[in-house]
Amino acid sequence: MNEPLKHTPLYDLHVSLGAKMVPFAGYEMPVQYPMGVMEEHQHTRHKAGLFDVSHMGQLRIRPRSGGGAEAAAAFETLVPMDFIALPEGRQRYALLTNEQGGIRDDLMVARQAGDLFAVVNAANKDSDAAYIEKQLAEDCHVIRQFDRALLALQGPKAVDVIVDLFPQAAAMRFMDCVDTTLDGVAVTLSRSGYTGEDGFELGLPADQAAAVARKLLDYPDVAPIGLGARDSLRLEAGLCLYGQDLNTTTTPVEASLVWSIQKSRRPGGERAGGYPGAETIAQQLETGVYRKRVGLLPEGRAPIRAGVELFSDEAGTEKVGRVSSGGFGPTVGGPVAMGYVSKEKAVLDTPLFASLRGRMVPVVVRRMPFVPAGFKR
Amino acid sequence: MTTRYTETHEWVRLENGDTATIGITAHAAEELGDVVFVEAKDVGTHLKDGEAVAVVESVKAASDIYTPLAATVESFNSALTDDPALINGDPEGKGWILTVKLDDPEAFNTLLSAEDYKKL
Repeated sequence: MNEPLKHTPLYDLHVSLGAKMVPFAGYEMPVQYPMGVMEEHQHTRHKAGLFDVSHMGQLRIRPRSGGGAEAAAAFETLVPMDFIALPEGRQRYALLTNEQGGIRDDLMVARQAGDLFAVVNAANKDSDAAYIEKQLAEDCHVIRQFDRALLALQGPKAVDVIVDLFPQAAAMRFMDCVDTTLDGVAVTLSRSGYTGEDGFELGLPADQAAAVARKLLDYPDVAPIGLGARDSLRLEAGLCLYGQDLNTTTTPVEASLVWSIQKSRRPGGERAGGYPGAETIAQQLETGVYRKRVGLLPEGRAPIRAGVELFSDEAGTEKVGRVSSGGFGPTVGGPVAMGYVSKEKAVLDTPLFASLRGRMVPVVVRRMPFVPAGFKR
Repeated sequence: MTTRYTETHEWVRLENGDTATIGITAHAAEELGDVVFVEAKDVGTHLKDGEAVAVVESVKAASDIYTPLAATVESFNSALTDDPALINGDPEGKGWILTVKLDDPEAFNTLLSAEDYKKL
């Protein structure tokens, strides 16, 4: 499994901007630029940050006959989300579930005129594409657009820049997605992101990516942002990272992602069930779960990171959970974390203890996001 | 006062007698990025050479800091509690981490010279 690291179409640009490159999901990616993680984080919260997320997988789920409606109906057999009622031009957070109700991957899916446009995690893109292809073989084919680039412009000033380049973006709301063009180049533009801020994502051909990125960076409010700040931004926003906060053994109910399951797909809804693991998830919706993902605010300054064990008592006799993601939140100005705890402890303001380097750090169960979202709904 | 270095990117300055100050090098600070938290072993803790004596946390990750020589922790730079970024701003000055009392001050000379460290 020691394959050489891949490069995104923006690799040369990252290097020329002085990025520190690290291996991530099989790619050599920028973890930070000379600005540094802290300032990159703040820049994104206050102005606009440009992220290269071309390592993620873009897929088109195209029906063998018909259009977006047919693709939506087929796709509903793989996820507990409502795509039939999702209007064309709208995007939705989705979860591919397995037969046990666990999460194979989390993804963003937009209903387009002729198909569904999906963005999946880098580490899962080959397996996701193969899985969707196999499961929907009769009705759809899957077009892997893995060679396309994906840029994200995030932060309160992103809209000014995007509207300057795409005037129609002024009318877009959070989670709108359109296939459009920029100087003749086909761009899939959505008002979405992974930072908790307002912002846009642009899918575009690889050979145009660097030119568009440079065009965006020419705006004085835009700075390039690396994976380091991407992680602290999403953590403060309470957003899950697949592989850390979600995996094949965590269900949507345990992951506190019930909000993402529309009423029509829940027990009693007009299209209840009909996806892998539906029985387990329906039962969990009914009777609850033994553990849940919660926000955790540690006392003091020490970051509490993934893997740290959580206890109900300072003596450490009763283990109640484990941190799934944690670190320093530059906007919060202190450590923030999330993790899975037993259901009795998954109650706001419950005091717990994190075992850190042989001592017990008090943490409190808190509501997420830790920073108010800036979405334009 | 002489400063010597380790392969794990600490600097050690022999102050007088058997007291030494330990910090991380500019190169290490640069690699870590923005430091957000620092803590050291309690004053009075005795450590063997190569043992972790402190932890420096950046936004990205936690890194152990090692004492290259057997020693007892004497003091911690409490300025780092309020302003851990001193390690980025002045890693070999105001960003010092702790002082220790060396078991064997003679062993100090076994550490890397500035010239040898630069060659790493």
